[in-house]
Parts: sequence; C-alpha cells; structure tokens
Amino acid sequence: MSPLPRSSILSRHRFNLAEPLWWGLALGVIILFPEYLAVGTSVLVMVLFVLSYDLLLGFAGVLSLGHTVFFGIGAYAAGLLALAGWTEAVTGVLAAGAISAVLAAALGPFLLRLRGLPLIMITLSVGLVFFEAASKATWLTGGDDGLSGIELAPLFGRFGWGMYGHTKYLYALGWLFFLFYLTRRIVASPFGVALQGIRENDARMRLMGNPVLPHLVVAYVISAAIAGIAGALLTQTNSFVGLGVMGLDNSIDVLIMLVLGGVGRLFGGFIGAPVYMLVKHFASLWGPYYWMFMIGALLIVVVRVGRGGLLGIIERVTDRLTGRGVNR
Amino acid sequence: MSTLAFILLYGVSYGLVLCLIALGMLITMGLMRVVNLAHGAFAAIGGYLSATLIAHAGMPFPLAICSAVVAVAVLSLAVERLVYVYLYTASELDQVLVTIGLDFIVVAALALFFGPDVLPTRLPESLAGSVDLGFRTFEVYRIVVTIVCIAVIGALWLGFERTTIGAQVRAAVDNKSMTQAMGINVPRLFSLTFALGCGLAALGGAMGAPMLPLEPMWPFKYLILILVIVALSGSGNIRASVGVAMIVGIVETAGRYFFPQFAAFFIYLLLIALMIWRRDGLFARRRTA
Repeated sequence: MSPLPRSSILSRHRFNLAEPLWWGLALGVIILFPEYLAVGTSVLVMVLFVLSYDLLLGFAGVLSLGHTVFFGIGAYAAGLLALAGWTEAVTGVLAAGAISAVLAAALGPFLLRLRGLPLIMITLSVGLVFFEAASKATWLTGGDDGLSGIELAPLFGRFGWGMYGHTKYLYALGWLFFLFYLTRRIVASPFGVALQGIRENDARMRLMGNPVLPHLVVAYVISAAIAGIAGALLTQTNSFVGLGVMGLDNSIDVLIMLVLGGVGRLFGGFIGAPVYMLVKHFASLWGPYYWMFMIGALLIVVVRVGRGGLLGIIERVTDRLTGRGVNR
Repeated sequence: MSTLAFILLYGVSYGLVLCLIALGMLITMGLMRVVNLAHGAFAAIGGYLSATLIAHAGMPFPLAICSAVVAVAVLSLAVERLVYVYLYTASELDQVLVTIGLDFIVVAALALFFGPDVLPTRLPESLAGSVDLGFRTFEVYRIVVTIVCIAVIGALWLGFERTTIGAQVRAAVDNKSMTQAMGINVPRLFSLTFALGCGLAALGGAMGAPMLPLEPMWPFKYLILILVIVALSGSGNIRASVGVAMIVGIVETAGRYFFPQFAAFFIYLLLIALMIWRRDGLFARRRTA
C-alpha cells in the first residue's frame, strides 16, 4: 500500500511518536510532583472536556458556546447519584455520561439546524438558561453552596480513594486514555470522515445524499456524553460540585484551551489545557485581572500568527527541521 | 393600567438604548460579515469615557456624550485597521476568538483604570427629576433618552435609504466585489461604517449608563442582550431590529417587574423559542419550499 500523503484525511489520525511521550509525562507526574496531583487531576479532567469539544468543533464544525451544559449536567448527575447512595464510581460516571447524552439527543435536532451567529446565540442562551436553572433550583443543586460531602466506595472494591490522590489521578488518567482512543476510532471511521465532510461543505454533503442533521446530532450526543463523563470525573475527584461547572466562563475556557492547543487534531486539549491553566494560575497571582489581559492577547496572537495553535507551531518547526512538508 | 403603562414606557426606553447599540453591530455585521463579539466593548468604553469626562473634566452631559462618541469612533478606526481588516476573510471561529480576545483585553483595561466596582453615574439636575404624564410620573431622563434614540434611529434609517453613501453601503452589503468594480472604495466604506457602528455603540453605552450600570464586565454582561436583537432582526433590517428591540426591552422589563427571581429566564427562553421558530429573523419573510 502506498503511503498516504500527510495532509490526507485518512493519514491524520495515525499513531504519533509524541503520544507515548505525553502519557509518560502524565505518569511521571505521580513520581516527580506528588504534591501537585490534585491540580494534575483537574488538568486531566479539562483535557477530557476539551477532547469532547474538539470532536464537535474540530471535526463536525459546530461552534457551540454552551458546551459546559453537558459538563455541568454530568457533574451534578454524578454528585446526586453518589449522595443518593450509588457510590460505585465507574458506573456512576457512565450513568452521568448517559444523562448528558440523552439531553443532547433532545436538544440536538433543534439546535443543529442553525449555523453561524444564530447557532452561537442559541447555544449561549441554552447555557445561560441551564446556569440560571441550576442556581435557582437550590433543593436539587444546593445553589451557590453546591453539593458537598460526596463519598465513593473504593474503586473496583479494592482501591481506597486515599489522602494523596494517587487513585484519583490514575482513575482520571485511565478514563482519558480509554476515551481518547475511542474518540480516535470514531474520527477515523467513515462516520468521522463524513463529519469532516460536513464541516468543509455541508451543502455538498447533503447533495451527495448524506443525512447531515442526523450525523451532526450523533456527533453532538457522543461529544455530550464525553463532556458529561468529564464533569462526573470532576465531581468524583473533588468530592464537590458547585455552580462553576455551569458557568459561561467554563464554556469560553474550553474554547480557548482548544484553540491554544490546536483545533481538529484531538491533541489540542493535551497541550492547551495545561498551558491555559498554568497561564491562568501565574497571571492571576500577579493581579486579578491580569490573566484576562494575557488570555486576550494570547488569543489574538494565536489566531493571527500561529495557525492551528501551539501544535500547529510545533508542527511547522519540526517540518522545517526535518525538511518535510515544504511543498505542501 | 398604570403598571402596564409603566412597563411599556420603561421597556421601550430600555429597548431603544439596546437597539442603538445593536444597530451598530447589525450594520458592521451585515456589511463586513464579521461576528463582532467585541461590539459591547466599544459601548462600554464610550460609557466610561463620558462618565469620566463628566466627573473629572466637569463637562456638561450632552457635550461629554458627544466627545465620547467621537473618541470611540476614532479609536475604532485604528482598531479596524490593526485587527479587523484581517478578520474580513477569516473563518467564523477566528472572528469569534479574536473579538472575544478584544473583549478580555478591554475588560482587563477597564478594571485596571477604573477599579472592579460599578462606576456611579451622575445625571444633571435637568434630567434627574420626574415629570407627570397624566396617568403616572415618569423620569425625565428616560423620556429624553427615548426621544434621542428615536431621532438617531430615524436619521440612520433616512441616511441608509435616501443618501448616496447609504446606497453605496447597501450595494456593498449585496455584492462587495461588484460595488468595488463600480469604482466605489469599499475598504474605506468599511472603515467609515465600522466607525459609525462603534460610535452608535458608544452613544448607547454613554446615554444608557444609568440603565446599564458601568462595570468592567459590561462587554460580556450586555453582549447577550445585544446579540439577541442582532440575531432576531435577520439580515441588516433597521425596522425589524427596532421591533425586536422593543419586544426584548418590554419582555425583560416585565419579567423583572413581575418575577424578579426568574427574570433572566424569560429573555433567553424567548430567544430560544424564536430562533427555532423563525431562524431567519423575527420579521423575515418566510421562504417558500
């Protein structure tokens, strides 16, 4: 079989040398920085959330500003399940993901007919409605106080959650690993290629007889399920869920993380989420509004200079060094 | 009856100020096809500028507003040349990202210069009182704002429908390259229209400051209401956006009046329902087939 050109739609999701490096680094954190495991766990959760968003934006081309609805629903579902006595972690996460998926299946057929500004607007509004609902329904969500005191049974009946956060970190890493490879299979499948076709030219896909809206809805449901799982993991690893998971800033954060890393590569979040969280952390030490300035400037620079985010910049540098892809 | 009149008057004055800001965005979006999420930032800058001019330079209210509008228009010309020119051919995602980035920068700058709290605005003596309209008393300020808004929107409508420049803008909205080929300088038209749009935003932000309190998060907080009007008015239709703005203003005011706890719901649910029902805009003609 002749090698595929590097820019082909089928060659983009092959095994990459940088991947074991990333997973190795993620494992190395346990030994090198055991005191940062709690932060590391929240980074892993955000990476997973960005992954779900990349499936929607990078592959289906759906620009939603309300994706945190599914993250938040998953987070609250996991919290409420645990408080109701369903303390088994893995099935709790799956149930939370399923609830998010059901919600997406109900909303998708209405929202995904729209494109452009109307789509941005309606997803923004849906996000705000859910935020308002969560903040008013104090009997269910605890309102501003959130849900606390969430306790889980030991993982697989054997591993206690412990004080040092090893179990939580590895648990989140395991979910991320599993879902990353699942997403990669989805993107490389005929369905995934059809999604990219819709992203590039939906009128043409429709003329070729592809069911555009059903495809988009399925992508929306899968993406929502993964986002819900990410939310559930946040709840389980923090033992707490607050209104922040539904906030508009969370939707914008996930967009910025993805763009910083690089859209439509699946790896965007793996670079973007840690970088964004580091910038936010250090810049807010200097001053409360300083990070906004940094992020704003970074966004403009990334769009103007670095097409394809940080990964795009890295790719161009390595291409230059190895002399590859010059004629592209 | 008195309550109804109160809601109508409040809603109309509120809606008209929003309409003024939204019209600026509608014009720039219709002409340049840029999803300009930073539009609210220009309105906020206008509001802050006029408030500062009144408080520190002791300018009278109308003069401060005019100066703020001119200053923002000049500023927007620079921003257009530096940032927006690159967005005309960029993807929708890039436009959203860059304009959100601008919002962030403006929010940070406003917080840095004016502090994170709400900036109090003082009305001049002549506007601060109330007047008896026969069925109930009403703030002079709101009546003046309503009249000014109607005058500005009317002038804008006349300008677009009846003047040569308006005709050029309408031509460029319909077919940019053809307009350019006819010898009309489209890039300059873009710059001027952008400045006009941002000037309108500044006017709305400065005049509406007592209704829409000035705080650093202004660009994000009121962006949604502005976007609601823009999204529902369809493509570049001034009359439609006035209608939509009235509905938004009245629904928002009524919601706040009757159900202060759940006010935020109404406007968003209204938007979601309308967007699904009429995706081309509220007053757009239905497409056949």
